[in-house]
Order: sequence, then C-alpha cells, then structure tokens
Amino acid sequence: MGQVVLKGINKFFDSVHAVKDVNLQIRDKEFMVFVGPSGCGKTTTLRMIAGLEAISSGDISIDGNVVNELAPMDRDIAMVFQNYALYPHMTVYDNMAFGLKMRKFEKPEIDKRVLEAAEILGIGELLQRRPRQLSGGQRQRVALGRAIVRHPRVFLFDEPLSNLDAKLRVQMRVELKKLHLRLGTTAIYVTHDQVEAMTLGDRVVVMKDGVVQQVGEPLELYNQPANKFVAGFIGSPAMNFAAVTVTEANGSLIAENSGLRIRLPDETAQRLRGHIGRELMLGVRPEDLTVAGSADLGHPCFDAVIEVVEQLGSEILLDMKVGESIMVASVEPTARVRVGDKLRVAMRPSRLHVFDAQTEAAI
Amino acid sequence: MAISAVSDTTLREAPPPRRQRLLEDERWLAFVLLVPTIVLLGMFIAYPFMRGILLSVTSSRVGIPGDFVGLANFYKIFNDGIFRTAVYNTFLYTGVTTVFKLALGLWLAMLLNRNFRGKAFMRAFILLPFIIPTVLSTFAWKWMFDPTFSVLNWLLYHFGLITGRINWLGDPDLAMISIIIVNIWRGVPFFAISLLAGLQTISPELNEAAAIDGAKPWQRFWHITWPLLLPVTMVVMLFSVIQTFADFQIVYVMTGGGPANATHLFATYAYQIGVGTGLLSEGAAISLAMFPVLFLIVVLQLLYIRRVEVR
Repeated sequence: MGQVVLKGINKFFDSVHAVKDVNLQIRDKEFMVFVGPSGCGKTTTLRMIAGLEAISSGDISIDGNVVNELAPMDRDIAMVFQNYALYPHMTVYDNMAFGLKMRKFEKPEIDKRVLEAAEILGIGELLQRRPRQLSGGQRQRVALGRAIVRHPRVFLFDEPLSNLDAKLRVQMRVELKKLHLRLGTTAIYVTHDQVEAMTLGDRVVVMKDGVVQQVGEPLELYNQPANKFVAGFIGSPAMNFAAVTVTEANGSLIAENSGLRIRLPDETAQRLRGHIGRELMLGVRPEDLTVAGSADLGHPCFDAVIEVVEQLGSEILLDMKVGESIMVASVEPTARVRVGDKLRVAMRPSRLHVFDAQTEAAI
Repeated sequence: MAISAVSDTTLREAPPPRRQRLLEDERWLAFVLLVPTIVLLGMFIAYPFMRGILLSVTSSRVGIPGDFVGLANFYKIFNDGIFRTAVYNTFLYTGVTTVFKLALGLWLAMLLNRNFRGKAFMRAFILLPFIIPTVLSTFAWKWMFDPTFSVLNWLLYHFGLITGRINWLGDPDLAMISIIIVNIWRGVPFFAISLLAGLQTISPELNEAAAIDGAKPWQRFWHITWPLLLPVTMVVMLFSVIQTFADFQIVYVMTGGGPANATHLFATYAYQIGVGTGLLSEGAAISLAMFPVLFLIVVLQLLYIRRVEVR
C-alpha cells in the first residue's frame, strides 16, 4: 500500500509563504508528478512528504496514518535526490545496503535485495566501485537502487534526471516508467520539465507560486487546461495567446484585436454569451494552426506574415507576425513557405481555448 | 596544435633570442620559478637545521667554539632526569591536549554548522583565543592561576568548593594541568574553524539521505559525517601535533618549566640549557631529540591522509 493524502498543507519560510493550502490525494501505485517553474513549491512539498521539512500547517497521511510528527526514517519512504546524494566513501554495494543495515536486516537478506536491485538496474558489475568512479547515468542507477532495495511504500523523486545529458535523460525516463510498471510502488516525482511530467505521470500536479493550478491526467491538462498558466506551461512549443475583445454581429460572436478578426465557432460562442464586450484571452496550440486550404472552409482564419521558419524535419515551426503579436504554428514538413510570405492561417475550431483576461481561468 | 603553429611563425619571422628559448623549455622554466622558494627554504630552514646538527655534536658554549665530541651530548641528555621528565611531559601535553582540542573543536564546529541568528558573528568571535598573541593571553591566564589573585580560586571558594587557596602553578601536577588547559583553550578555535570548513563541504543531502535510510543522528555522524571529515581532521591534527609538540610560549610564560623543572617540554628545556645556561651544543641536542618523533608522526599521518583521500 502507499496512499498519500495532503490536507491543507502550508509552508512558511519566515515570512515567505512557499506552499499554499495544498490538498491532494495520491492513490496507491500511482505515478504522480509535481511540475512547475523554479520556486513554485514543488520540491518543498516533496520534502514535507519526506519529513525533511516541517509542515507549517495541515496534515500529511500515508495509508491513513498522519505522519506530520514522524521522522523521515519512520515514514517508510525512499527518496532519490537531484544530485544523487550517494555516500562518496562507500562502495556501490554499501550505498545500497546502508538503509537495510541501519534497519538491522540480516546479512543474507541484504545481499539478496542488493543483488536483485543491481540486476534490475544493470549495475551488477559496479558493486565494488565507489561513486566517483561512476558516470552520471550509473550514479543515477545506484541512487535508484538505494531506493528500491528498501521496498518502501512510496518513492519520492526530486528532479532525478536533471543532471543527465539530454539523450541519457530520455533513456532513463523510459527506464523509470518501466521500473514503476514492474514494481508498482507509489511514486511522487518532482520536475520542472513538462515533457517528463507528461510522459511519466499517471496524473500531474501543476504548481505555481505555491498554489496547485490543476491536477489531472496528462492529456486532460493538455486538452482542458484550467487556466492560462497551465495552458502555457504544458505543451511544446507553447500555446499561442491573443488578447481579444468579443463583440456580437449578425447573431454570431466575433473576437478581434488589431491583427485578427475571427468568427468564433458556435460551441465556443455558447460559453461566451455572458462575456460580450469584454476583453478575453484566446489560446490556440501551434499544431492547431494550419495554412488555410480548401478543407478549412468555415474555420476561423486570419492573416499572418512569416518571420522565422524553423525546420525540424518532422514538422516546420513558423514564427508569424499577427498584428502586433507573434504566433507560432506547427505545419506539415511538406509546406512550401519562406520568410516574408503572407499567409492565411486557419485554426481548428474545436481546439480553441478562451481565458478570462483578469483571473486567467479557462472559460 | 595551436602552440606549434605559433612558434612556427615566430621562427620564420626571426629566430628568438637564446634566453627566450631557454624559458620556452618547461624544465628550465620550472627550475627558474622554483629558485626563490629554494633559496628561502635553504636559508631559513635547511641551513639552521644543518647548523643545529653540527652544533649538537660539538662541545661549543657561548663564546667557545668547542671541539667535535661525537654523540656525547646525546649520551648526556639521555641520562638526564630532567630531560626524561621533559620527554614524558611533551608526550603527555601533546596527547591530552590533542584529544581535548579535537573533541571540543568538533563539538563546537557541529554547533556552528547549524543555522542560528548571529552565526557569522559567533564564528568570528570563536577565533579570538587564536588571534590574540599567545604571550598576551597566557599572561592573563597566569593571573587567573596566581596563588594570591587567582579568580579561579575566588570562584571556587565562593561556591564553597574549596576552603583554602589552591597553588595552581606551585604544585607539579596542577601546574601541568594548568598549562594543558591553556593550550586547549588556545587550540580549540583552530580545530573548530578548520573542522567547520570541512563540515561545510559535506552536502546536507547526504545527511538527509541517511536520515531517510533510517540512520539515527549519532549513526549519521558515525557513518557519514565522521568518515567524510576524516581527511580534514587528519590535516588539522597534523598541524596541531607538530605545533603542540614544539610548544614553547605557554610553558615559558606560565611556569618557566617549574616548579622544580616539573613542566619542561622539549623546547623550553632546550632553551633553558642552550640559552639560559649557555650550553649551546647540549641545547641543540635536546632540540634535535624531538626531530625523529615529529618526523615519524608526520610520515604516519601523511600516509594515512593519502590512503583516506584515495578512496
């Protein structure tokens, strides 16, 4: 079992309110990812779950027991640190065995568990080495091994892949996912990388300034972001935003600003009836923009001038000037476009996001 | 090969003067750069040391050059009861003070390594005994141990712990204890600050990882902090042992080696014989007698440090 519940968690560092009223239920066997920019409180929240940081107010419970006052060692958790935190004076074997030795496991059992973990992680040949003799990826595995051998109820990961090079990071990401499927232990994973969050998480918690912005499955966050922050944070390249004013003309709603004027599709218009005359934030993802063709008849369209063409092979990113603002479109690699071209761009009507200009909440 | 390319062009333009070519040769350059150090070390360390050795095998006194006498001076001092006391005292003094300085210094370093208000101030403050000139602070201690004016006696008396005066520096054992206390007081800051610097190189994450791994505070100290601090500890011990073994000022000011030569160390006794009574060669022999011991200590500790650092 490994169910973690956070109830009204707050954290103050002197006068700084670092974590604000966080309520979460992390299910048994779930892979939960905390994601957000630096200083959003995700690591602090993780450290409070670990017991490394005191809680200012609220309750943290693991499998129904409140653990607020329990020392880290009594919470039955294992943590993988950003810098691995391997004991430099111990061999790989001793690093992995340390937690078991401290818990007074029998020697044969320690041996069995360490060898088993080493086998899973493919570090069997490294057991007699010291951390300084290992590469970054190998250290990462040892740090994972140290967590695995304990058979804890919950794994806590604090940006474990951020010190690896890009290629290794992708590889370890896949291995982490496999490892989780194999062990089935609840995992809480902190990262600032939204791709990691999307690919690893069963569910993702997006945080900003100590406040939980949205909790949901990766595609839910992607398709139905709760506010402008989540919409802009999840997805790469980021969502395009345009401040528009909504007016009514001939029974349909028009969103316009200095550079674009589009008729809103009916289903969006339904939601915006109460916002006529007000300023709103329109959001559309780069992949939901296309060079307008005959198939896009009736779709909202606008004019744009291409400023930069980024060839990625599998797609082309177009940085376009639309009125005063810049929008990015991701188009087919076969598209024939050049810098300076004037284009008619169509947006997929069902993928239009609208946010309140003041509260930034999705409408 | 950027370097060779550069020298190629210079060659083509004009052959460099001979002096410059010599400096291009790294072996020569290394030698030239080392010369100032060699001269300084030679003049102020090697030469006096050699003179000391030469002096110790003669019968020279102040004003008399003397003749070569072989190991007669060494033979004489090894049969000298005061010299034996001085040897015993030096080992006792070094051993006891080092243990206390390490224990107290480590304790202080761990306290200072925590976060608290006025941390920077405290860290600087703790260095005071180390900064004040030793002779000056030792004079203050001498007053505190003075039989008549002793503030320690006054305190003990007013707390009802003693009824009469304690003659701190008049009793051989108490005098030894007194100088040991002063040496510890003076040496702890060096240990504390050096060990604090060592502690700060240990990532707090290691202690957190150990805490999660189930290690209790003393286990974390024993399994994580202590082994990681060991190289620094050994270096600090090395310096301290050398300094304490050859200590002079504290004993000279506090007791002058008395009462009845009971608190002499190598250095003070060598001074007393060599300078005080003018038996230069005998004094040199006493000084040199501590050399093999110091040499052995240094070699052992350096070997140990190397072993620790390799892992």
